Amino acid sequence: MSSATAVEKPQAKAKKANRRRTFSKRDRFTLGVFIGVPTFLHVALVWFPAVATIYLSFTYWTGIHIGDIQWAGLANYENIFFNTPIFWDALRVNVIWLVWFGAIATPLGILLAYQIDREIRGSKFYQAAYYLPVVLSLAVIGIIWNFLLRPDGFVNGVLGLEISEAVSFFGDDRYNIWVILTMASWRHIGYIMLLYLAGLKAVDATLREAASIDGATEWQTFRKVVFPAMAPVNIIVIVITIIESLRAFDMIYIIYGSSGGLPILGVLVFQNIAGEGASMKGAAYAVILFLLSIVPIITYLRQQFKEDMK
Amino acid sequence: MSVNEVNVNKEDLRLKRHKDTQKVKDRIITIFIGVFAIAWLFPIAWTFYSSLRPYKEIRAGGVLSFPKELNLDNYVNAISRMELPTYFTNTVLITLPAVFLILLLGSLMAFVVTRYSFRANVALLLLFTAGNLLPPQLVFIPVFKMYLAIGDAVGDRRFLYDSPLGVILIHVAFQMGFATFVLSSYMKTIPKEISESALVDGASVFTHYFRVMLPLLRPPLASLGVLMTTWIYNDFFWALVLMSTDSKRPITSALGRLQGEFVTDYNLLAAGAMIAAIPTLVVFFVLRKQFVSGLTLGATKG
Repeated sequence: MSSATAVEKPQAKAKKANRRRTFSKRDRFTLGVFIGVPTFLHVALVWFPAVATIYLSFTYWTGIHIGDIQWAGLANYENIFFNTPIFWDALRVNVIWLVWFGAIATPLGILLAYQIDREIRGSKFYQAAYYLPVVLSLAVIGIIWNFLLRPDGFVNGVLGLEISEAVSFFGDDRYNIWVILTMASWRHIGYIMLLYLAGLKAVDATLREAASIDGATEWQTFRKVVFPAMAPVNIIVIVITIIESLRAFDMIYIIYGSSGGLPILGVLVFQNIAGEGASMKGAAYAVILFLLSIVPIITYLRQQFKEDMK
Repeated sequence: MSVNEVNVNKEDLRLKRHKDTQKVKDRIITIFIGVFAIAWLFPIAWTFYSSLRPYKEIRAGGVLSFPKELNLDNYVNAISRMELPTYFTNTVLITLPAVFLILLLGSLMAFVVTRYSFRANVALLLLFTAGNLLPPQLVFIPVFKMYLAIGDAVGDRRFLYDSPLGVILIHVAFQMGFATFVLSSYMKTIPKEISESALVDGASVFTHYFRVMLPLLRPPLASLGVLMTTWIYNDFFWALVLMSTDSKRPITSALGRLQGEFVTDYNLLAAGAMIAAIPTLVVFFVLRKQFVSGLTLGATKG
């Protein structure tokens, strides 16, 4: 990458030449295909369905004949907000998830990255250890943790409990959410660490050294020098934290199946859009899920397209 | 590489300021991080250890009993009883074409958007990047209905629904957004005059892309390819909702059913999960550089 940026750029001339260019028929066709095929696929399978779902969330439809679609106004949403107590249970779990990620897992990931970046002894090994769960699928992670936590698993074994009196970590409401959050953090912390480490590599090391020579403590250096310099990465980390917290699905599904167990928005949407229970209430759920993540999405886009917008 | 230079530089400066308090603090932090790192590896290590033991031993003596037998029997059994080769074939049939198409179409899009100044360029790039961030659940119902309708129209209900093709297409449609975004920020760092000289030589758009740009895109394509392979390999949602025949599902989605079916022999399941994790472990051990740079290419703009 560095080799590409190193070359100087007499841009003005190039730009002019570019604007003056006219395309041959064949080139116009090629360009059309180059843009047309990806755009068609993307619009047809992402944007069109997204808009259609928003429309369908205001209708009643059994999903068989297009002609059967009936306008329902806000009925599906009213149903969710006022007659579906489990929605609020699920929202509560998602909020706890978000608070946990935001207050504990993400800061831990950042802290780890910061310490590992200082090249403490063995940092290569530590980095690898924390990064390992990031490549695993959430399905495999579910199975791996089930190994430790099932009634005849490691933890109950260490506690010396027989199967009959074993703690049901996934079944007991006192523990399940915290167990799930631990599992999710196992992966999330490494993910945040990787992103942050990459960002830290780009922060000028002399900046930090200067701060420490001026007598700043590690904490002051981080808060006043490194953290502000990391603004773009910070936004990405926040966006990822919010989106992952709201969309959690795979791991819960692999542990509990579609039957619930721990109510969470991702599974609730799934129950209402897939299979037998499909209804346009599911569409409304999906729209709610989308609306909850719209602020981080827009924040992210604004940051990434700052230069282009000028 | 510049990163190494920075590291060396850092080391020099650090040696200069040996503060005793900092040293003590560092040692405590190191121990802390070290203990956590070992705790981090424990769940995987334990699963691996369990996969080497027969389940009946645990039944008899508990999980903490001293192992009498350690062998690969569970692995051999998992491969045949869980039909893992079938699921792996399914995975390959979905992942390879999907990754190829994502890289091809994403790079074409990024190429046009960054190398030709059309008015719609920024809007298109925004559309693709934003589309990638939409929740999959938001698009599922219409995609499902469209797949069935298209299937009926061509006379084969399972043309897209319950077929690898349908899963491939939805992955391509979604992840192309990410690929386009990442590759376009990479291409912006490639000097314009490389393109200019190609155009002065009278190269067509086609040649310009395949002969001039594509060879320069090798590093980001390798990184993206590794990242996309991992993501699609690990995908659980799409193969679950867009396929109804279990024997067509890729390995990751199949794990859900296998877990229910082999609940009575958990050590066999451990072996199955370890086997399912092998491709991602290869990424971890061998392709780590590509994976990390693919991940951060999008996050930190090159």
